[in-house]
Amino acid sequence: MTAAAAPAPAAPVRKASFGNVLLSEWTKILTVKSTFWTLLAGAIIVIGFSALWALAFTTSYDQLSPADRATLEPTTPMQIAFYFGEVVFGVLGVLVITTEYGTGMIRTSLTAMPRRGHYLAAKALVLGGVVLVAGMVVSFASFFVSQAVLMAQDLNGSLGDKGVLRSVIGGGIYLALIAVMALGVGTLLRHTAGSVVAVFVILFILGIVGNFLPGRWGETVNKYLPSNAGAAILSPGTPGNSLSPWTGLGLFALYTAIVLVVALVLFERLDA
Amino acid sequence: MIRARGLTKQYGPKTAVDHADFTVVPGRVTGFLGPNGAGKSTTMRMILGLDRPTAGDVTVNGRHYREFAAPLHEVGALLDAKAVHGGRSAYNHLLCLAQSNGIPRRRVDEVIALVGLQTVAKKPSRGFSLGMGQRLGIAGALLGDPGILMFDEPVNGLDPEGILWIRTLMRRLASEGRTVFVSSHLMSEMAVTADHLVVIGRGRILADTGMRDFIDANATSHVRVRSPQLGELEPLLAARGWRVESDPDLSLRVYGAGSAQVGDIAADHAIRLHELGIVQPSLEEAFMQLTEDTVEYHAGLPEPETPPGTPPDAVPPGGGGRG
Ligand SMILES: Nc1ncnc2c1ncn2[C@@H]1O[C@H](COP(=O)(O)OP(=O)(O)O)[C@@H](O)[C@H]1O
Ligand SMILES: [Mg+2]
Repeated sequence: MTAAAAPAPAAPVRKASFGNVLLSEWTKILTVKSTFWTLLAGAIIVIGFSALWALAFTTSYDQLSPADRATLEPTTPMQIAFYFGEVVFGVLGVLVITTEYGTGMIRTSLTAMPRRGHYLAAKALVLGGVVLVAGMVVSFASFFVSQAVLMAQDLNGSLGDKGVLRSVIGGGIYLALIAVMALGVGTLLRHTAGSVVAVFVILFILGIVGNFLPGRWGETVNKYLPSNAGAAILSPGTPGNSLSPWTGLGLFALYTAIVLVVALVLFERLDA
Repeated sequence: MIRARGLTKQYGPKTAVDHADFTVVPGRVTGFLGPNGAGKSTTMRMILGLDRPTAGDVTVNGRHYREFAAPLHEVGALLDAKAVHGGRSAYNHLLCLAQSNGIPRRRVDEVIALVGLQTVAKKPSRGFSLGMGQRLGIAGALLGDPGILMFDEPVNGLDPEGILWIRTLMRRLASEGRTVFVSSHLMSEMAVTADHLVVIGRGRILADTGMRDFIDANATSHVRVRSPQLGELEPLLAARGWRVESDPDLSLRVYGAGSAQVGDIAADHAIRLHELGIVQPSLEEAFMQLTEDTVEYHAGLPEPETPPGTPPDAVPPGGGGRG
């Protein structure tokens, strides 16, 4: 900086770092009740359904066919529970941005943080971090709770079994990615209801539709659907009709990145 | 300092702001006056980088708003008092704004005290009245102790006490040497707060002048005369070539005449006068005249708030704020 370059009345330009924006988003997410409630709801559904399905398997184990018994893994109840509960973590991702649009807070926020790339990145990081921690807790809890129930029929496994620890940790990562993808969807659509429906379609309806697709191509398409790709991480092994665990989760991460980049481009261009 | 050059915004086929050129300078309250739908809020959103101009440019302290890393130190704005997350407490709302710009926590307490929200600071803002919401918005605008302040229709819907508070605040901020840019569709409000006027109608800047100059340039003074014998007086005045209009309260407005001339004519014809005087034009009249064909929504124009007979020039341009 040379002194000559500055015009006389120019005040020193204040700087705020990306860390400031992160801190602000951290305060924001912790100071609304919806964060707490959605995480609690997600935890109850995932952990509760894990226990219920584990109970269903143990009580009806005697009636299961040998083929069904063969596919039953210690993580099966948890996998089913994730399918029902994961959308709730998406709802949190949606709310983080759509409540700002809904209330008009987005304009106040962007007046304070006009560099929109930083703003969205900080939101994604904070949301991803919060849901990663909560998701890990939920994932481990649902594993342990379901194992306790499965123990009755000696169906339980342990974290030391092949692929199990990876499944449980991967489950936490998957929930964090779901939330971040939903943030992207919310940024694109701006409306809470529409975004929640979109996330529900992506994570829940598409997975059901995929099951009904006929033939070989149907099976192939089914594997690449977001919820099936992401859920691959929850299997200790690689079932024939699914992508390998890290490939699946990687693909889901790629989908998330694509949604987020498209959201960012439009967010930068469009009027707030 | 805010400078707009050729600033234009189109929403589809609709031109909300049309090649606006104006400059807002420090040390005075610049009123941004125009009827509803004239483009005031759109202009302010473009200044803050919220909406992207279709053409032209607007800078704040020589830079585009979206380049600022910590804008709250330079610009404080209140566009919409309801633009907060209602579930968050006033304190936490201000805290996240402060943190984003590296403003220390104690400043949050300071601005809360400054706007008088101490007792409700920990409560969710959704329960706030309009006036309290407005105070919260202003607290946010003051957080970074900025040199430029912008308020969009800040007195809309406020009670008289709230209006007085905001007027006083704006005058004080300007007297401290800050740039204050405040929009309103209420001419009476502008008349008591603004020193300088930027007038907008249908997206076009119609004037960018001092308050008094604006009035002088856009409206003419007239002689007001009241008499029980108006029927006799009127043709005599009209015969002199002056434009004469009658008011419902048995008075005449005579344009182009001096009060001495009117009085002499009355005396010459033994017509009794009950009142005779010069009426300075008001901001309302000047504004009406200027925007006659640019008013988008006539219904949006308020009635002049000064009762008839009140000298409209009671408020000098740039005069100290009331209260
Ligand atoms: N986001 C928008 N989309 C479409 N039209 C808009 C939008 N914002 C404002 N307008 C239109 O632009 C014009 C100017 O609006 P605005 O800036 O709100 O005026 P003011 O604040 O002076 O009342 C109005 O006709 C309004 O309907
Ligand atoms: Mg407006």
